[in-house]
Amino acid sequence: MNKYISKGTKPTRQGFGEALAEQGDKDSRIVVIGADVTGSVLTSFFAEKHPERFISVGIAEQNATTIAVGLALSGKVAFFSAYAAFATFRNADQLRVSVCYNNANVKIAGGHSGVTVGPDGATHQCLEDIGLLRTLPNMTIVVPCDYEQAKKATIAVAEHIGPAYIRLSRAKTAIFTNADDDFQIGKADVLRDGTDVCIVACGALVWEALQAAGELETKYNLNVAVINCHTIKPIDADTISAYAKKCGAIVTAEEHQIYGGLGSAVAEVVVGKYPVPMEMIAMQDRFGESGEPDELMRHFGFTAENIVNRCLLVHKRKIEQK
Amino acid sequence: MSFSFNDIIFSNEQRKPDDYAAITKELKRDILKSLALAGSGHPGGALGIAELMAVLHFGGVMRYDATNPTWKERDRFILSPGHYVPVLYSCLAHCGYFPTSELATLRKLGTRLQGHPAGFGFTPGIETTTGSLGQGVSIAVGMAMSDKLIDKNSHKVFCLSGDGELQEGSCWEAAMSASMHHLDNLCWIVDNNDCQIDGRVKEVMSIYPLKEKFESFGFAVIELNGNDVEQVISGYEQFNANHKNKINKPTCIIAKTIMGNEISLMHDKYQWHGNPPTIAQAEEALKELEDTNNE
Repeated sequence: MNKYISKGTKPTRQGFGEALAEQGDKDSRIVVIGADVTGSVLTSFFAEKHPERFISVGIAEQNATTIAVGLALSGKVAFFSAYAAFATFRNADQLRVSVCYNNANVKIAGGHSGVTVGPDGATHQCLEDIGLLRTLPNMTIVVPCDYEQAKKATIAVAEHIGPAYIRLSRAKTAIFTNADDDFQIGKADVLRDGTDVCIVACGALVWEALQAAGELETKYNLNVAVINCHTIKPIDADTISAYAKKCGAIVTAEEHQIYGGLGSAVAEVVVGKYPVPMEMIAMQDRFGESGEPDELMRHFGFTAENIVNRCLLVHKRKIEQK
Repeated sequence: MSFSFNDIIFSNEQRKPDDYAAITKELKRDILKSLALAGSGHPGGALGIAELMAVLHFGGVMRYDATNPTWKERDRFILSPGHYVPVLYSCLAHCGYFPTSELATLRKLGTRLQGHPAGFGFTPGIETTTGSLGQGVSIAVGMAMSDKLIDKNSHKVFCLSGDGELQEGSCWEAAMSASMHHLDNLCWIVDNNDCQIDGRVKEVMSIYPLKEKFESFGFAVIELNGNDVEQVISGYEQFNANHKNKINKPTCIIAKTIMGNEISLMHDKYQWHGNPPTIAQAEEALKELEDTNNE
């Protein structure tokens, strides 16, 4: 029985925008850099509330990122937000040398990640950000699973000392976590306990994982654990290895490329600590395309149905290996 | 073979032009010795800005406290071409941020004096990592924004960029934002030695006309000879006046310099961008600088 139910839908970017504006009241060190898309990534909420701490630099992500470093090195908590594709790749060198090597207190919010960007197509559907940023020393990566968690993740990232990336989505998704749920960077949430298979998911795929686990229980009598791995770096190796041992099989699910994302991070833990059969649901080394968000999620297999199938597959492999 | 480094501390005060000869020679000696000992690194650019650096650090232009590198009231200096860093390390040592003997560890395993400036807090007196060209100027703009727009204090931010560096497009993003946000607390010094790795800047990819470019980007532009101490002093004075008078625009000092200035072996030769002198070449060059402390 799932204790998590959908209480409506909102995009994670909205949780980020609202929380950032509110956190601006509490922390006068927060400064936000805008690069033209403030109304899309919803840093516009902060700009309206705290115009004296909002700086517009136009369509110039490299400059925005390094200006954020200058602000951070002057004692500010500097947030820069743009579409994930341009807030991580256009400025990758700035992130590497100026943000991470300095260990500067810069926060990057990548809006419009994944295929749920929809009709804008592959240029704007960033599916590689986690892989890129995971290679950078000092970088923390957080992927909230819903609007409610996005608010908490934003506050946690603002209070965290050092570089951090928060990955956000454009599309409305189910709100299923609760305002009083705990959130801690680096500590994965076990949303559902189980012993047969463990699903490790992040972002919008966490809700799909919960649906899949419910179906696996009712239709196949499988007891499936679901972990919301909202922090990709540093990964919660203790929880993942404990569930590798407990369940003996893992399925990862993420709206990201197969290489370098959550699946890779989980596999790195599992092979080192407790090797078990794994299946990875992710983009299969190809670019996205135009379409409606729901259509694209189905087209690329980011669905509860696919998670069910892969759980059955990995469970079979586990039994065969015994 | 080893060199020793004079452990002299220079005070930070207004000086007469003639008083700088001893300081610039000291900086140049340090650059040659530390690079020869390292066996790698970039002497040309560093030698060419000795005067600009000497006046900035020891002429009462910038406020700092070497005993307290994170002093909140300090002005800042960002060296955007990170490969020039031997001259900055030499300045910082003679400010008193760390012992001059440490200059012998440049580029060696375990050193605080990395080949390009490491992260903030790694080396006393270094404000930021630089080394990927174009980034230092944007960092300086961010610091100037923090001072002027957010904290509304009277701190100044100095930033030196190369001229070849201006081929990086993001420099002009930085210039646009400095101008639009009226950063009259920012002094952007362009080291115009017209040399880069592949040859003359005007031949590899021209960035000229420089004065007109910076003026059209909204800067108050000062052109001067960066190897002439008198002109350098007056350039910084002009910026300080611009800052004091709140002219609402950033200042750009276009400093014509000569790579490897006044070292016969290297004078105006772009080939010395990234080749260190051998010990023998350094010894020869040190004679020209009347080094009396060479062991």
